[in-house]
Amino acid sequence: MDIPGLGTAFWLQVKRDLQLAFRHMGQLANPLMFFIMVTTLFPLALNPMPKLLEAIAPGVVWVAALLASLLAAEGLFRQDVDDGTMEQLALSPQPLALMLLAKTAAHWLITGLPLVIMSPIVAYALFLPRGAVPTTMAALALATPILSLVGGAMAALTVGLRRGGGLLSLLILPIVMPVLIFGARATDMAMTGMDPVGALYLLAALLLLAMSLTPFAMAAAMRISLD
Amino acid sequence: MWTWIHKLGSPPHFYRISARLTPWFSWAALLLIVAGAYGGLYVAPADYQQLDGFRIIYVHVPSASLSLFIYVNMALAAAVGLIWRIKLAHAVAAACAPIGASFTFLALATGSIWAKPMWGTWWVWDARLTSELVLLFLYFGYMALRAAIDDDTRADRASALLAIIGVINVPIIKYSVEWWNTLHQPATISKMGKPSMDFDMLVWLLVMLAGFMCFFAAILLTRVRAEVLLRSRGQKWLRNTVEGS
Repeated sequence: MDIPGLGTAFWLQVKRDLQLAFRHMGQLANPLMFFIMVTTLFPLALNPMPKLLEAIAPGVVWVAALLASLLAAEGLFRQDVDDGTMEQLALSPQPLALMLLAKTAAHWLITGLPLVIMSPIVAYALFLPRGAVPTTMAALALATPILSLVGGAMAALTVGLRRGGGLLSLLILPIVMPVLIFGARATDMAMTGMDPVGALYLLAALLLLAMSLTPFAMAAAMRISLD
Repeated sequence: MWTWIHKLGSPPHFYRISARLTPWFSWAALLLIVAGAYGGLYVAPADYQQLDGFRIIYVHVPSASLSLFIYVNMALAAAVGLIWRIKLAHAVAAACAPIGASFTFLALATGSIWAKPMWGTWWVWDARLTSELVLLFLYFGYMALRAAIDDDTRADRASALLAIIGVINVPIIKYSVEWWNTLHQPATISKMGKPSMDFDMLVWLLVMLAGFMCFFAAILLTRVRAEVLLRSRGQKWLRNTVEGS
């Protein structure tokens, strides 16, 4: 039997994960619902004055996105480890790092991209000025893959543990704090009329760094967890 | 040279060497810290602006620099353990974490005690304080992961990987926090540490720093010895050493 090339293997893996995800539509929407619900909590808990909401909007949108991706990271590898698919991937001739990158890419398409697409509605509900919305979307489009990648590496470290949930957030949050800083600042700068391009460049640099390093960390972590 | 290093990786050898080294480091730490404290509290001149309030830096600065130094140390030990599969290196990394977390906490506590009279509040979202706080979270994450895994070798390797990921992130966190801080607050504060210090003040700081280093070495050796005892329980060399002495 022929061994599929690296590109083919990558796409097959992405396709498989997407297919599996679309068969469980219910789980698919969970992080997105979470994102919207957390942002709804703030006007309820605080005062629904437009002025106040506008002031806290960048922080709320970014913290909610961060928490939603945290929730999503939990289930990234669990099912595949439980049913043995992950062992097969680890034994396959393709590098494990590439396969896990493919899984993370599919995961981002399912959980990260909807956040980016939904963010204008959330931004509107929080009275974020129109001018800041494109910047926020661009920043989220750069930031959510980083969150997925870092979440993937940490999920691979904790996948074998029974009580993973609280631990996972303790591991991910300090690492992704720079993403929150740059992202929220990009939104903030666009709101106040400053040029947010510097913050976006920094996010892009972090994304490149994450894309080049985390697949190997993920693979190493997964091999430790599978032992 | 190499055989000496290889020998150091074997628990029985390390156990013997560390027993001989620990008292030296402990006494050096005691002498240096007492001398540094005396020098810092009585001999060094008072600051022209902060008067005697500045003297807390003789605890604050050494603990802050050690908090970072220990994290890098821990990651290095973890990498050595992961790459060459040396169990003792993992024991060193494991022993580093609680010490580092304590020094980080000490740096935060002394920082906020200093901030109360100087800035008027216990806590300011200053760049240094914030990155120190994130460092504390990194330590907590490391210790939590280690505590969550029951199997010793797996806990070693998983937490080693986490320490390496963390140490890559430490500079990114530091600079992002600084960038965030300069954007957000006008640079009114955080002059501390930066201005060139008078030699009379600086020399005691260096003595204190050397004392803290020796203290760290003594505590580290003791903790690693405890770790070795725990891990080699039931092994023959340990019984021989304990019963022989």
